[in-house]
Amino acid sequence: MSEFILETRGLTKHYGGVHALEDANFSLRHGEHVAVVGDNGAGKSTFVRQVTAVEQRTSGTVVFDGKEVNFDGPLDARHAGIETVFQTLALADDLDVPSNLFLGRELYKFKLGPFSILDRKAMRDRTLEALKTTAVKIPNVDNPIRNMSGGQRQCVSIARTAAFASKLVIMDEPTAALGVQETAQVENIIRGLKERGIPMILISHNLRQVFDLVDRIVVFRRGRIVANLRKEETDGNDIVSYITGVKSQLVEAD
Amino acid sequence: MATSAHGTGGQKYDPAKKTRPPELNVLLALILIVVVFEILNRMNGGSFLFNMRDNVDAIFNKQRIDIILLQVAITGIIAIGVTQVITLGGIDLSSGSVVGATAMITMSFAQTALVNGNPNPKAIFGDWAMDLAVIVPIAAALACGLFAGLINGLLVAYTRIPPFIATLGMMVSARGAARWWSNGQPISFPTETYASLSNGDLLGTLTFGLLSWPGQNPAVVFILLAILFQCIMVYTRYGKHTYAIGSNEAAARMSGIDVNKHKVLVYAIAGMLAAVATIMLTSKNLTAQAGMGIMYELDAIAMAVIGGVSLSGGRGSITGTVLGALIFSVIISGFTSIRLDAYYQEMVKGAIIVGAVVLDQWRQNKRSRG
Repeated sequence: MSEFILETRGLTKHYGGVHALEDANFSLRHGEHVAVVGDNGAGKSTFVRQVTAVEQRTSGTVVFDGKEVNFDGPLDARHAGIETVFQTLALADDLDVPSNLFLGRELYKFKLGPFSILDRKAMRDRTLEALKTTAVKIPNVDNPIRNMSGGQRQCVSIARTAAFASKLVIMDEPTAALGVQETAQVENIIRGLKERGIPMILISHNLRQVFDLVDRIVVFRRGRIVANLRKEETDGNDIVSYITGVKSQLVEAD
Repeated sequence: MATSAHGTGGQKYDPAKKTRPPELNVLLALILIVVVFEILNRMNGGSFLFNMRDNVDAIFNKQRIDIILLQVAITGIIAIGVTQVITLGGIDLSSGSVVGATAMITMSFAQTALVNGNPNPKAIFGDWAMDLAVIVPIAAALACGLFAGLINGLLVAYTRIPPFIATLGMMVSARGAARWWSNGQPISFPTETYASLSNGDLLGTLTFGLLSWPGQNPAVVFILLAILFQCIMVYTRYGKHTYAIGSNEAAARMSGIDVNKHKVLVYAIAGMLAAVATIMLTSKNLTAQAGMGIMYELDAIAMAVIGGVSLSGGRGSITGTVLGALIFSVIISGFTSIRLDAYYQEMVKGAIIVGAVVLDQWRQNKRSRG
């Protein structure tokens, strides 16, 4: 087994003439939590979109779980074991919590093609279990999530990711729109992932959160990785200097 | 956080409480309408639902109830399919025309050779198509419905044109096909077995004579199909994915649901249900005409909307549609019972449809505010 769960070499994405991501060399160890920070347009989300195959990269290689991979799309990546919480919620508002958690991977009592009978009780039970391990409080999981607050919905989305996480979790600004309490809940879920030894890439603007949660911080600036620092060897001001371009480090990512 | 009104626009909302199913409101509306007509009838010394004749030993006015169910059954069967299409986030404008085309084609394979000892005056094909086993016209009908539904579904799923346009095209083309089939001539005189599909006693057969409801087969088929599809929508993957796609297509796609394939399936099922309605209609009327089914699509959509099916997809149920269909029918019967002109009936029908959509919008705004 290789030391790394995920490695990218020379990952590059051009949108026409715009060089959104340039020669990104990134690596993530088993069980490691890494934050990706940077200004708007620095290439953070672009980087994630290449790894999860939401977009197809211009060049470069991605090695996941010891194998070089070329995912056809986000589904393919998900099947391989990469669970992602995207900035835009991928939830069906009219469905209840269990249906959303198991959307596209329902449990069945009885298989019969498209008319397979759902095992609603098992899905409900496992949902309650998943919510318990993530400490998310949803008063009634049988209500459509339309009626829930933004924070509760985001928690459902993240609980889904955490519940099914197998090899790698990627979260793109999971707490951007949340209140203080809801943010704390999400952070608890992330700590739970850490305890379970599931590696994570966290994109965040919130440096307090970053220093709280992760082992290592990677700074993007203008489509390039400009810093790769262990949490202990840096501080907030240092990171801001990298983000704004005051400082720069020529990095060979680990 | 759990007890705050966060995210509900400041309105009181207890998140621990199960939300009241919208079908309940529709049921209340139905009961209210029935009560209103009962009162109006009582004022004239009659009754809407109850038996008033001394020489008949019955509590209810069976005749009226039979009519209420029968007149709604055929469009109701279509509405079951339309409900699924709308829940998926689509719309099907073609069902009425598909009924027309399917009726013509089906009836040509259901004709009897001799009418009162003379050759069938409306014969379309030669002798080979006379007195065929009843399974032949049934298969022909289902094939027609499936074909139309598949085209609708494939167009919607793979060309990404709006369902409104795709099914509008089918609406116009299928009507054309209905007229072309026999140059506009009606096709009549089906075999006895075919006629019995509607006019027999299916309930008696199914319950081994325990119950009996002769001549009401369309209503029996409507109710059975409604129960079947209500279960399918709630308990199977098909239903779950239909709601998911109607609710958030991008999320459904992201979650690994084969959205395109599912769309084709839903439209195909809607087409087949229109075909079942056609079989009931033609065997009831003993004839097929190219103009059959005109406006059925709108009636079916109206039933769904009155029954709480959201035109923006993701919400609604077959139960709601059945209740919507009953409201539809009760109003027509009610107007007849108080001897209101058919013209007024149509006008009021229109107002009810618009009213139902306004209510839906209002409900939706109330929910999504904040």
